[in-house]
Amino acid sequence: MAGLGGRMSTVIKAKVSKILDRAEDPAETLDYSYQKQLESLQNVKKGIADVVTAKKRLQMQSSKLEDSVVKLDTQARQALAQGNEELARTALERKNVAQTELQSLDSQISELEAQQQRLTDSEKQLRAKIEAFRTKKEVIKAQYSAAEAQVRISEAATGVGEQMADVGLAMQRAVDKTEDMKARADAVSELEAAGTFEDLTQLGTGEDDIDRQLRELSSKSAVDDDLAKLKAEIGQGTAAPNQLGAGESAVDGTAEEAEAPAGAEEAK
Amino acid sequence: MIVRISGEGQYRLADEALARVNELDNAVVEAAQAGDEARFQATFGDLLALVRSQGEELPEDDLSTSDVILPPPDTTVEEAAGTFTGEGLIPD
Repeated sequence: MAGLGGRMSTVIKAKVSKILDRAEDPAETLDYSYQKQLESLQNVKKGIADVVTAKKRLQMQSSKLEDSVVKLDTQARQALAQGNEELARTALERKNVAQTELQSLDSQISELEAQQQRLTDSEKQLRAKIEAFRTKKEVIKAQYSAAEAQVRISEAATGVGEQMADVGLAMQRAVDKTEDMKARADAVSELEAAGTFEDLTQLGTGEDDIDRQLRELSSKSAVDDDLAKLKAEIGQGTAAPNQLGAGESAVDGTAEEAEAPAGAEEAK
Repeated sequence: MIVRISGEGQYRLADEALARVNELDNAVVEAAQAGDEARFQATFGDLLALVRSQGEELPEDDLSTSDVILPPPDTTVEEAAGTFTGEGLIPD
């Protein structure tokens, strides 16, 4: 077979020979192969751990970005409620960047999840084959002459060797993907460090005029919010211009839900 | 004939299936060399489907060596094309 399968087979087989063509006598082949297999299994476990770590890192980034999206959305509403369209636009622009990054991160997390699953399956297969090899080598030792043992061990070892090479390939692919995603996560961290996804009201040094105005607005809105909620509790007044101010409690949430239907009726 | 789908497992196929496997494999190669992603995914998908449907999956503790090893199912057309230039799928 000279096609894709042929090319692939040739390369894998070359790798297997490299793994196995070390030892001369059967006992040595056995020990060497088995030892190699166990090492390989450890590497796979380590590879899976690496993928899990990378995934967790992306998940943390993703949840931070989700927070940012909510925050920036809140800021935009607040700014708009105050009639400051320019500020609202700035917040929405940043929200947009955060959302785009979020989508990209989420798809990469799913991809890592798939990699993790594949590696876990590979590890299980490899473990089963190594165990089978261990059993077989005992049988071979007991039953065959040195010459026969050499042949049979080679057959069995080649089977496990092929699996090892294949798992090695899967690992390589997973590691490559993980590297890409690490770079991606770093890029998002840089955006974060640049303040792109930060709460616009929470910027420390280096805040610009827009940031400062927005921060002032935000605290002003919080007061307005409190006032509006108070009015709602007393059972009069209209809904607050924005309901997403900081420092809400569960009680506040209930009050807002209660006033929603009343507002809808008024609209009719 | 034993066929391995890399990263997935091994399948035992009747020798009669070999002709069809070869045919599809050649189509996959053509698509890969043409850099035609859609055609590559279609033909490679057919090839994998053939192996899975016609083949009998070997148990995980089987120690047989494969006659043919197919690339992983998520192989891209670039990776597949790279296997012919010694790059891509399998680093040397």
